[in-house]
Amino acid sequence: MGSDINVTALSVFIFFFVLVTIMGFIAARWRKPETLAHIDEWGLGGRSFGTWITWFLVGGDFYTAYTVIAVPALVYTVGAYGFFALPYTIIVYPFVFMVMPVLWKRAKEFGYVTAADVVHGQYGSRGLELAVAVTGVIATMPYIALQLVGMTAVLKALGLHGELPLAIAFIVLALYTYSAGLRAPALIAFVKDIMIYIVVIAAVALIPSKLGGYANVFNATDAAFQAKGSGSLLLGPHQYVAYATLALGSALAAFMYPHTLTGIFASNSGRTIRKNAVLLPAYTLLLGLLALLGYMGHAAGLKLDSANDVVPVLFKTLFSGWFSGFAFAAIAIGALVPAAVMSIGAANLFTRNFWKAYVDPAVSPAGEAKVAKITSLIVKVGALLVILFLPTQFALDLQLLGGIWILQTLPALVFGLYTGWFRAPGLLTGWFVGFFGGTYLVWDAGWKPLHAVTIGGASFTVYTGLLALAANIVVAVIVNLLAPARSARKAPMSYRW
Amino acid sequence: MNKTFGTAARWLLVLPYIGLLWPPFYNSREPALFGFPFFYWYQLLWVPITAVLIWIAYRSVRDGE
Repeated sequence: MGSDINVTALSVFIFFFVLVTIMGFIAARWRKPETLAHIDEWGLGGRSFGTWITWFLVGGDFYTAYTVIAVPALVYTVGAYGFFALPYTIIVYPFVFMVMPVLWKRAKEFGYVTAADVVHGQYGSRGLELAVAVTGVIATMPYIALQLVGMTAVLKALGLHGELPLAIAFIVLALYTYSAGLRAPALIAFVKDIMIYIVVIAAVALIPSKLGGYANVFNATDAAFQAKGSGSLLLGPHQYVAYATLALGSALAAFMYPHTLTGIFASNSGRTIRKNAVLLPAYTLLLGLLALLGYMGHAAGLKLDSANDVVPVLFKTLFSGWFSGFAFAAIAIGALVPAAVMSIGAANLFTRNFWKAYVDPAVSPAGEAKVAKITSLIVKVGALLVILFLPTQFALDLQLLGGIWILQTLPALVFGLYTGWFRAPGLLTGWFVGFFGGTYLVWDAGWKPLHAVTIGGASFTVYTGLLALAANIVVAVIVNLLAPARSARKAPMSYRW
Repeated sequence: MNKTFGTAARWLLVLPYIGLLWPPFYNSREPALFGFPFFYWYQLLWVPITAVLIWIAYRSVRDGE
């Protein structure tokens, strides 16, 4: 990879970066809140976001820079198997449509800001609340770190090496998030998504014409896979169950993360969320096309140090300086939006479910906002330190565990929306088994998210997160049956369409 | 729109799970479309299909939350 700096590319990149920085600071004044010194305003944008803003915000924090870099990289390396991200980001929307408006309503009625608030309100258990909150925070940290991995890949392609550019980008991000809260990423998401759309449409329209059409892209990839003896255009029969369970498990986990839930809680109605379930699949089309950039890397005959470089190097090789600068800016800004929302989500959890619960129960809304603002800075510094001082592989492994961990909060968060049958001891035991059992299985498999299961002589490879979730639910049901009910809990309010 | 229609519309949301979580059904190169093997265009096709199914379900939900 050339370490020479393309002045045009770098200038375009810096122009857009400065533009969104200014927008980030202006965002504090956007949609004029009476005060930002309230956690509802700072951390949820006043729960006022309509269909369009929610679309950009949720799209912007769900489809991250890491998606743009890592999904094509995985597809580049293993082929069809890496494509599971596509069914995953399709089947997530029926789930969002059915469950999230109910969750939003519960949060709105009681002023809940986080998943752990919802759980505490439902079961009155500090232990279960803490389990959900801690899981949220530790699953988010490596996710933020991976946004930095995406940004590093882009900076590297621009010829900017070393840690200073990354640190500058992050300090800028930290400052405007601090001052404007969720309004900053919501406003920047408009620019980011429009840029990404332009980049992807240009790429999928122009690159194949430079590489001899899609048929040629697929044929060249097939030849490349056969030459290196690994990867394939189709799934092997032993990959069927892994492919399907990865897609399903990831879809169930996706909206348990603090950042995606923040986007949901920030919308102004259940109807807005349902409408978004109709509109958000537009991004999935984008993701599927982006994934194919991995194959275009083969067709272009790229030689890479790391699969994560496939998209940046592809742009650098095939496009002029100004357009690759534009594309890199889109990807880097695409890292800032989710990183900002993730740090806000984690900060909300810390403030509501640790600070308010254990340190200062009488904290005022303004005090909450202050604690959340400071926590958001600490979270980002933590993620920066992870990426600077720990090997990238470690962040990748942690992220993989993060998905399995966050999935274990689903029973506590979702079941209570529909039934009053479950009680805290069962759910907490189930969470414990799923969380630690899942971690053990991943460790046991040599940090792979898949586990071989033998049923009646036939062996299947299954996504560990889904196995852990199954164990979690089974244990929760058993403990709930065995544990004596302290008192009959009132049924949850009826949920209506 | 009556309640029966609303319930029926929500059952449509099961279709993407059926269509996508059974890979042997679509794991083939033929028939190809615009150079895309079946495996790829079939799954991409589920994106607009799912959007339409959710839209039908959305239309069947009354304005109240």
